[in-house]
Amino acid sequence: MNIWRIVFKSLRQHALSTCVTAFSIALAGGLLMSVWAVKQQSQATFTGVNAGFDAVLGARGSKLQLVLNAIFHLEASPGNLAWSDYLDIKKNPSVELAVPLAVGDNYHGYRLVGTLPELFDKAEYSPGKKFELQPGGTMFDPARREGVVGDFVARKMNLKVGDTFHPFHGLIFNEKNQHAETYVVVGILKPSNTPADRVIWIPLEGIQKMSGHDPRAATDVSAVLVKLKAGSAIAGFQMDMMYNKQGNRLTFAWPIGSVMAELFDKIGWFDRVLSLVSYLVAIVATASILAGIYNSMNERRREIAILRALGARRFTIFTAILLEAAMISAIGMAAGFVVYAIIVTVVAGVMRAQTGVVIEPWKFNAVMLWAPAMLVALGALAGIIPAFKAYRTDVAENLTPHS
Amino acid sequence: MPEPLLLIHGLKKSFATPDGGHQLIVDVPDFSLDAQIQVALAGESGSGKTTFLNLIAGILKPDDGKILLDGADMAMLAESKRDRLRAEKIGYIFQTFNLLQGYTCLENVLLGMAFGKGVDRSFAEGLLKRVGLGDRLHHRPRQLSTGQQQRVAVARALANKPKLVLADEPTGNLDHKNARESLALIREACRENGAALLLVSHDREVLSRFDHVQQLDRINRAAQAEAIV
Repeated sequence: MNIWRIVFKSLRQHALSTCVTAFSIALAGGLLMSVWAVKQQSQATFTGVNAGFDAVLGARGSKLQLVLNAIFHLEASPGNLAWSDYLDIKKNPSVELAVPLAVGDNYHGYRLVGTLPELFDKAEYSPGKKFELQPGGTMFDPARREGVVGDFVARKMNLKVGDTFHPFHGLIFNEKNQHAETYVVVGILKPSNTPADRVIWIPLEGIQKMSGHDPRAATDVSAVLVKLKAGSAIAGFQMDMMYNKQGNRLTFAWPIGSVMAELFDKIGWFDRVLSLVSYLVAIVATASILAGIYNSMNERRREIAILRALGARRFTIFTAILLEAAMISAIGMAAGFVVYAIIVTVVAGVMRAQTGVVIEPWKFNAVMLWAPAMLVALGALAGIIPAFKAYRTDVAENLTPHS
Repeated sequence: MPEPLLLIHGLKKSFATPDGGHQLIVDVPDFSLDAQIQVALAGESGSGKTTFLNLIAGILKPDDGKILLDGADMAMLAESKRDRLRAEKIGYIFQTFNLLQGYTCLENVLLGMAFGKGVDRSFAEGLLKRVGLGDRLHHRPRQLSTGQQQRVAVARALANKPKLVLADEPTGNLDHKNARESLALIREACRENGAALLLVSHDREVLSRFDHVQQLDRINRAAQAEAIV
């Protein structure tokens, strides 16, 4: 029988208010940790995803739109660029690899991206990792109507090697816009946890010459992914100058990570609003601990008087109430990890479905330490006022039951 | 001649009145109680008996006077030391039992030990068996009869092997049969544990069972004055 026993007994005796208050702490803690972890992980992931390239060359327009379109397969293309532009940059001595992309069609909302096989043969989507086909698959033949399907699309659309499909015109699915061409699935990519998982890859010419597309643009491309040679950092500056400052026809988005970081700067206010909301929830939850325990003080006065009459010191009672408040927070935070798991799992699922970017819900983040510590400390702080009230309880006056 | 267990001298305690004045409730010039002796104090309502016991227990601090308990002056000690002395040397049986409802019988007794000489589970179980509640160790107070609750209170009062047991109208809430049995149990248990007993009651039947009975209004001059008024 020690002070912890007294604390646990009290928590049990006031089980309903303990549960309600702990639940509000769980929501606050779970929300706070989720916002923080999702923000940091998504920022790190989005600024880190570059498909193994340093820059994107595209039509004149927004760099962000260009990167979102060519790397993340989101947003519309800002326009086309001529085949000669692709050849020009490909020949640049500072360029190690240049891969053209063409977009404009979809299959039930999943993008068809036309490209060359060298995207799979030569590019590493992250250091040392190339796109690989699942067993039984082959790379598409650039001269045939064949497609290689990203892992996510294959699972969602239940596509297997040998299946056929008709592309639909545009980036948004509309069943009335079906193209006449029939494509055969020749390979499924192994999961790469990158936006490439959400794409159906077909030969470049497939998009360029799809029925219904403008024949005048039959050699155009939507963007060119550019990998600079190692040690050619200065080449990036030179190309930035050449395309963006001196030229007015094309846009050179370099470096890709910085372009994405600008996006997070622009939407930083949203993170701050979410953080503010979770801090407010934390404050409200803390206040509810204070109110819950403080309001129960009247009914506890006799119990406290009995404990004091048995020899418990004022400080023991004060500590017990403080620990009780901290324990409510601690229980709440334990449940907060469940709330966190639910929120982050849902967010990760939505993010993966929408962008192909994968975040890891259980990857360690410092917020998993400081948020629980902060909320338990806040809980204990909230316990000070009721603890002081308990400290001041008059023993003789409260030993007799008050009816 | 050995020192008495409890020696009181010039003890005074008054309380504030609603009109801003002070009312003297306890004014005991001298009182003593030897170790292992059982004394009943006869007092009517308003004679200051509960205040007197609370002063001895160190729950209240006197305005003046000395309360020497086993050599230590309860009146001069800081509150935390009074708490400690009370936990170690005094067992208190209340008229309303004052058991903690969220705790089992055994836990109530263990709690009595927790602030005193330390928890001794087997001794606590032995005490509850001694008062006839060996099969009710894990029952909560509201699952027991009034008489059984009183017995838990007796066991808890003896949990720290106190030198003095204070009992404030311990039979006040019991029927005649339970009162008689409970009183016998308190007296026997105190005797077995070597504790002195100071019991206050206004019940003549209870008082008649003690060899040493003192009228509180003869000890407490404040009660005499109240009676005159």
